[in-house]
This record gives sequence, structure tokens and C-alpha cells, in this order.
Amino acid sequence: MGFEGIGAAVRRREDIRFLSGRGNYTDDINRPGQLYAVIKRSDRPHARINGIKTDAAKAAPGVVAVYVGEDMAADNVGGLPCGWQIHSQDGQPMAEPPHPVIAVGKVRHVGDPVAVVVATSRQEAKNAAELIEVDYTDLPAVASTLDAMKPGAPEVHDGVAGNLCYDWVIGDKAVVDGVFANAPKVVKLELTNNRLIPNAMEPRVALGECDPSSGDYTLWTTSQNPHVIRLLMGAFVLHIPENKLRVVAPDVGGGFGSKIYHYAEEAIVTWAAGKLKKPVKWTADRSESFMSDAHGRDHVSTAEMALDNDGKFLGLRITTIANMGAYLSTFAPCVPTYLYATLLAGVYTTPVIYCNVKAVFTNTVPVDAYRGAGRPEATFLLERLVDVIAHDTGIDRVEIRRKNFIPRDAFPYQTPVALQYDSGDYQTTLDVALKNADWAGFESRRAEARARGKLRGIGISTYLEACGIAPSAVVGSLGARAGLYEVANIRVHPTGSVTVFTGTHSHGQGHETTLAQLVVDQLGVPFDQVEVVHGDTAKIPFGMGTYGSRSLAVGGSAMVKAMDKIIAKGKKIAAHLMEASVDDIEFKDGQFRVAGTDKAKTLTDISLAAYVPHNYPIEELEPGLDETAFYDPKNFTFPGGCHIAEVEIDPETGVVRMVNFTAVDDVGRVVNPMIVEGQVQGGVAQGIGQALLENAQYDAQGQLLSGSYMDYVMPRADNIPSMSVATENTMCTHNPLGSKGCGEVGAIGSPPAVINAVVDALRDYGVRHLDMPATAPKIWSIIQSAQPRVAAE
Amino acid sequence: MPQVTLTVNGKQHTVEVEGRTLLVELLREKLGLTGTHVGCDTSQCGACVVHMDGVSVKSCTTLALQADGTSVTTIEGLAAADGTLHPMQEMFREHHALQCGFCTPGMVMTAIDLVNSHPAGLTEKEIREGLEGNLCRCTGYHNIVKAIAAAHPLMHAKAAE
Repeated sequence: MGFEGIGAAVRRREDIRFLSGRGNYTDDINRPGQLYAVIKRSDRPHARINGIKTDAAKAAPGVVAVYVGEDMAADNVGGLPCGWQIHSQDGQPMAEPPHPVIAVGKVRHVGDPVAVVVATSRQEAKNAAELIEVDYTDLPAVASTLDAMKPGAPEVHDGVAGNLCYDWVIGDKAVVDGVFANAPKVVKLELTNNRLIPNAMEPRVALGECDPSSGDYTLWTTSQNPHVIRLLMGAFVLHIPENKLRVVAPDVGGGFGSKIYHYAEEAIVTWAAGKLKKPVKWTADRSESFMSDAHGRDHVSTAEMALDNDGKFLGLRITTIANMGAYLSTFAPCVPTYLYATLLAGVYTTPVIYCNVKAVFTNTVPVDAYRGAGRPEATFLLERLVDVIAHDTGIDRVEIRRKNFIPRDAFPYQTPVALQYDSGDYQTTLDVALKNADWAGFESRRAEARARGKLRGIGISTYLEACGIAPSAVVGSLGARAGLYEVANIRVHPTGSVTVFTGTHSHGQGHETTLAQLVVDQLGVPFDQVEVVHGDTAKIPFGMGTYGSRSLAVGGSAMVKAMDKIIAKGKKIAAHLMEASVDDIEFKDGQFRVAGTDKAKTLTDISLAAYVPHNYPIEELEPGLDETAFYDPKNFTFPGGCHIAEVEIDPETGVVRMVNFTAVDDVGRVVNPMIVEGQVQGGVAQGIGQALLENAQYDAQGQLLSGSYMDYVMPRADNIPSMSVATENTMCTHNPLGSKGCGEVGAIGSPPAVINAVVDALRDYGVRHLDMPATAPKIWSIIQSAQPRVAAE
Repeated sequence: MPQVTLTVNGKQHTVEVEGRTLLVELLREKLGLTGTHVGCDTSQCGACVVHMDGVSVKSCTTLALQADGTSVTTIEGLAAADGTLHPMQEMFREHHALQCGFCTPGMVMTAIDLVNSHPAGLTEKEIREGLEGNLCRCTGYHNIVKAIAAAHPLMHAKAAE
């Protein structure tokens, strides 16, 4: 057995079951007597419901029940809650219209649930759902972010004037305007951040059960945070106390943010299981996922940078309109505010920043955090703007970045937008990336490509993001309706093996491996004697789950704290057994030693004594070796780095081919380098998808045009290049592991690098900016319109 | 109701199905083989790929009746009886070619067919193009491509034994 502690590329233990078809995903679970729910969804973007005829569906073969929104309302079922409240600049709380589990009175987006059919088979439920007749009066709808606030735009919610959810600011406008008024140069850029659909490969599933004898409920669900779901659904929607409700998120097939939120279907199956006293399962079709999973991004922004004559940034001024969709999803309001505008300093010393964000309702699927959540939007805006500044001023794009970098000796660094960065070294990640990408040799590759008739471009992005969300008091003061600590319970068993109960959740990240590595490292227990348990509220203490790259930085820190308690207690037991003073006991490599002697006890000796306390300081010390710790982070963590993309465009077709991608990231302490590389590669592929392929497209009336894999372009193996991925790490200074997080860096750093490369490839065509996705038709049109047509010969 | 008789992972089954029953429904619901997944409804994602008479098929677009008289292999049928992983499974693990594991069964079944049908070798381009029918949202494909390239010589060496 080799080294399996922190820093080892241990192969994942979860792989054996996934590779053998023995994973246990929610749809693989079936309960005795299980019924099947199918949701009848609105095919209208905006309509009044005049009536719903369910008689034919109720009489259809196999149908057990049909429910509509009024049935749930009559049962005192609450609406879906929002977990974050933003205040507008005038001090007013955001508009927070009701979000009924099943629509009542009106539907507000295509996909809004209208009714649910429960039947003895899924096919029967599907057939019956088609027999439901909904009498609608269509209402005018608005789908586009820009149109939502235009005078006369249809109102998504009665009483929400101008569809404005909030009008929020950060920074001092008068100060920033003053800087702009006196600046030698101002560069302005208007840009959009395209709307995306997360598309975890496992569609969402929910299975509810109510034990008829005890009245206890269990919900199995595809969630990233089962305790959050239990709290939200139990306390706000179904009014089931925590002690009567268990939520299990077993193996989950990817999340990327989309499985954080409390969704209607979770409440529907749990409620229906209680009514019918039988288990009820709902499994999404992919087309349902497209119109019911929370979407991501969707910003329209204007950005201006004030500069001095040397290209030094003097001030940044931004206005953004962010699309919330038809209802507020669980964490939607914080994404375009505290996860976006606070990141607008990036890696630069810009001294003053002002940002105004208007969040709007539209007749579209709710928008919430998707891998990166606000930070990709900030990074795309900033890194595009910096390239445009280079373009407009003629300063080299690497040089202008260096000129404005926060110096490596300036940490801790207080930005003008609230955050204080603890550590980083942007010069090094840039230098290493330039070398790994052979930036210096690019012009010869461009010339070689030109000889083949291809347009080659290279693009860079130097980015920073914030992870490890977050100090509870801070987020509370900013409107979070939850604490954001994490919890770990470390249970050393009598014979010395260990079970870790973590509040984080793994849905691809490999926690069963990496978290076990922490125990190997700190307690010296062999890897194969450590088990990691997550995802079941009946087993794990109240933790907040996994999102925002927080599992190691926050959850791992809770584990370190709990293991410190194990060691501290173990020392007391060891001191008793070896008749020494506690102060003389050292713990190293799994052994408690009396300093300066050869007397030692193994962790197993200690755990056995703790659980069989015959010779034990029972007067002063409780038996057992089982410790829990809650860790509340002291700050965000700040991963960052440099991404370089190289593309080749075929001018005949406009097709962009990714030829090289180089990432050099600073993620703090690395526990398993193999897993870190995999996280970065996956994130980069999603970033390339956003930059070149993916777009959630609505028509002007609010119909979702990209509603299947036939229309929404997911990155495939031949759209993605082999990647060069490396890390150059500085340690996080305020958590015990030094880890910053790696789950989102790929998706945050890469989109501007790709677009900067595309713009570079098109530099002879007068292109200053291009919005995502850079599809072939878009580029082909640019090339065609820039080239005066040669007369036909 | 019509019946189908088929061999799945070496074991013969006779099952009553409806005319519209899909092969993946037969595998997951009638035989309890939940390793084969359904990730979409347009035959795009490939999470449902199994082998029918040695050739990869999307079991979400194959009627159970079409499988009558065939021999089907699913992800559950790849490892040896003693649990030894198939070289493709082993290389997926070695090269960290899976994260959430949901696309993995279909990806592995496609990859095996790809290697089997290219005995002379596979270029990176051929591997990437050969994976056109399989979506993965976690890995960025980088490590999947590496795993398949690494499995190729192992599988053909084993076949030559």
C-alpha cells in the first residue's frame, strides 16, 4: 500500500460501483407498492387558467389520483421559498411573489406545473396526463432580459411594476462618476452573458414515501444538499417537522448547481405519498429537465473602464440586467449581486468600482446558480473588457494585465467591492501559463495556419473567483436566510476503523476518496479502514451540502476540527493508560507517545479503551471516541489563475475548432491531484460549451426553442481539445487545510479565454467584441460582411 | 402480451412485454439491471448503450421485441465472475475517466465496441469522433479519451491470448 494521504493521486473508491453498474441513483430505487407521478406542464409562456378538466384522466386505466394547484392550497401547502433576500438601493426588500408548487390561477413559463397524475405505472400516468384539458386565456409574455423593463412590457406578476425584482448597487456612484469625468480615457463595452441549461446527465428524480404506521416521511431526491431540502420543504412547504422527515440524496449523477434548489416535484411526491399512503415516484424526461431545472447566467451589461494614459485602471462602472425567470429559485437573488458584483475587481488594482444590478422577472424558467454562479459572468465581463481596452489603446493584452495586477506582496488585499483576498500570485500563474501554452511561439503557428487557409487565434484570461461560501454572519447581513458553516462527525470505532459523516454531498467530486485521505493524513488510519457517509439526513448531522466549491475548504475544515477533538481526547486516554501527563503526550503517525520515551499506544489501543472503559479516567472523561465539529469559515477562499485558449477558424464555414487549451490555476492545498485535474478539465469543457456551443434560446413569445439535445448544443468529445492543466498554488491563510476549491475554476476562467481567442483570430475582420456562443453562422456572417464581395467571374 | 426470450449477461430470460416496451425498460424494470441509465429522450446522450449480439445499441431506442433471440451484454456483465474488471473498466478507473458515474455505463459499452471494431489501433481523433453519440457533462472527455487509448492494447492483447 502506497502513500494515501494529502497530495496522493489515490484512485477513487466509488469508481468500482459506478463502473460495474452498481451505483444507486434515485431512479434505481423502487419501493413496494410504488406509484408513478407525471406532471402536466404548461405549454404556454403566460396564461390565465380558466379551468382544468381532470375527469377523463381520473377515469383512465391505472390512475389513482389527479391533483391540481387548488388541491395543494386547500391542504395548506406553502409556496416554494427563496433563501436569500436582496434589498434595493432605496432600502426596500426585493419583490418576492408567491411561487406555488402547482400553478394556481396563472401559468408563468413553459414548463410550469399545472396538474399531477398518479397512477400504477408511468405509462398509464403519461397517457392520463394527455387527457387533462386546461382552458387557458393566453396573456402577453416577455422572455428577453432587455425587454422585461421596457415601458408597456407584460407584467409577469401582478403588483410587480416593470417586472423589477430589485435594483441593487455596490460602490459609490458619485465617486466613480467623478473619476470617469476626469479620466484621460474611457473604454466602453456592451455584452451579454448567454443563458445556459445545466444538463447534469442524470435527470432529476424524486421518490416520496410515508410510513403508514409511524407517519414518518422519506424523500429520496437528486439533491446536492439533503438537509437544506428537508428544512425548506418541511418548514415552509409541507409543514412536516424535521423529526418526521428524512431526505436521502443517494448517488447523484452530476449537479453543477442545478440540484441545489428545492423543486416543486420534491414537494409533490412527498405530499402525494402522504395523501395516498403509498410511495410516489417522479422521474424527469430530459425535455422536462430543459423546462424545469433552474437555468444559469443570462445577463445583459454595459461596462466602462476609466484609464490613465499608461493603461492603468482608474475606475470601473457597470450596469447589469439579470434575468430571474418567472419565479425566484432558492438562491437566485444572490447570484447577480454578492456572487457577481463583489468579484468585479478581479485580479486588478482598480481603485473604485460601481455596479448597479437590476433583476427582472420574465416568462422563462427560473434562473439560479450554475457552475460558477455570478463569477463566470463577472470574469467574462472583466476579461473581455480588458482585451477590448488592449484593442482600443494598442497596449499588449498581456502587458496591460501585468500592469494592473494586484502585486504578490499586497495580500491581504482589500478590494473596493467588499471582499478581502487572503492570498494569490497572479504573476506566477500567468508566467507558467504563457510558458505551457508556448505563447511566444504563437505567431509562427498563426502563420502556418494561414498557409493552410485557416484563421488561428490565441486568447488569455487572468481570473479570480470566490469559493468556500461563507462566514454565516457575513452572508446573513447580506440577506442569506441560512448559515453556511459545514459539519463533520468523525466516529472512531472500537477496533480503530473510522466513519466520517459529512454534511457535504458528492455528486461526482469523489468525496468518498478525498475526505478519506484527510483521515489517513491526520489520524494515520489506513485508507481502506475509513468510510465516508453523506447524503442521508437520518445519518449525517445538519450540514449545508455541496456547491460553490466549498466541500474541502469548509467541509474538510470541519473534519480537521473534529479530528483535532479526537486527538485531544485520545491524548487524555493515552496519558491515563501510560501514567503520564497529558502535556507530555504527542500524536504522530497514528500513535500516542510519551515524549522522549519509547512508550506508545496506537489509535486502536485508545479507541478500544474508550469503548471498553475498564481502565479509564471515567470520572473526568466520557467513554467513546466520536466527535462532531461545525466549522464556520472566516472568509471566502480565492482561487484564481490563467487560462489560455487557442482556436482555428475555417473561414469557409465559420466553424471554430479548439486546438489547445492551457489552464494554470491556484486552488490552494491539493488533496488529490488527479481529482483536481479532472474537476478543472470538466469545468473547462463547460466553459468551452458556453463560449462556442450552448444557448438557451427563447422566442419573443416565450417558447423555449432549445428544449432538447436536438436543439441545445452540448459539448461532445470532438468539440473539446486535449488540455494542459496545472496548478501553481498559494495557500488559503484562514482555513486549517489551506485549500481554496477547484470545482468551478474551469467554468469561470475559460469562456473569456475562448472568446478572446476567437476575436484574435478575426482581428483582420475588424471584430472588437463577439457575444457567446461564437457559433459558425455568427462567425461566417462576420467574415462575409467584412469582405467586400468579389464580383462573380 | 407478447413474450421475448433473450440472453442477458449469459443468462436466458423469457419476459412478457408490451409492444411499446423499450429494451432499457425491460433491463431496468423487469430484470432489475439498473446499471443501464436513461439520460435523455431523443437518443442523443448514450447513457443507455448496451451490446446486442456484440454491437453497441441505444437501448432507449430499441424495442424489447427487437431483442428477441439476441444476446445482450450490459455494464453488469463485463467484469469476470471473480470481480476482475474488464480492461476498459480498469482503464476508466486508472485514468479518472468518470466523475458522477451516470454516463459511465454507456460510455464504457460504446468504448468497448469502438476498440473492438478498430483492431489496428485508434487515433485520438477517431476516439473523439467515435464518442459522438455519448454525452458526458463531468469529465470534459479528456480522461475518457486517455482511458480508451490505454485500453486498446490491453483488450487486443487479451483477445490474442
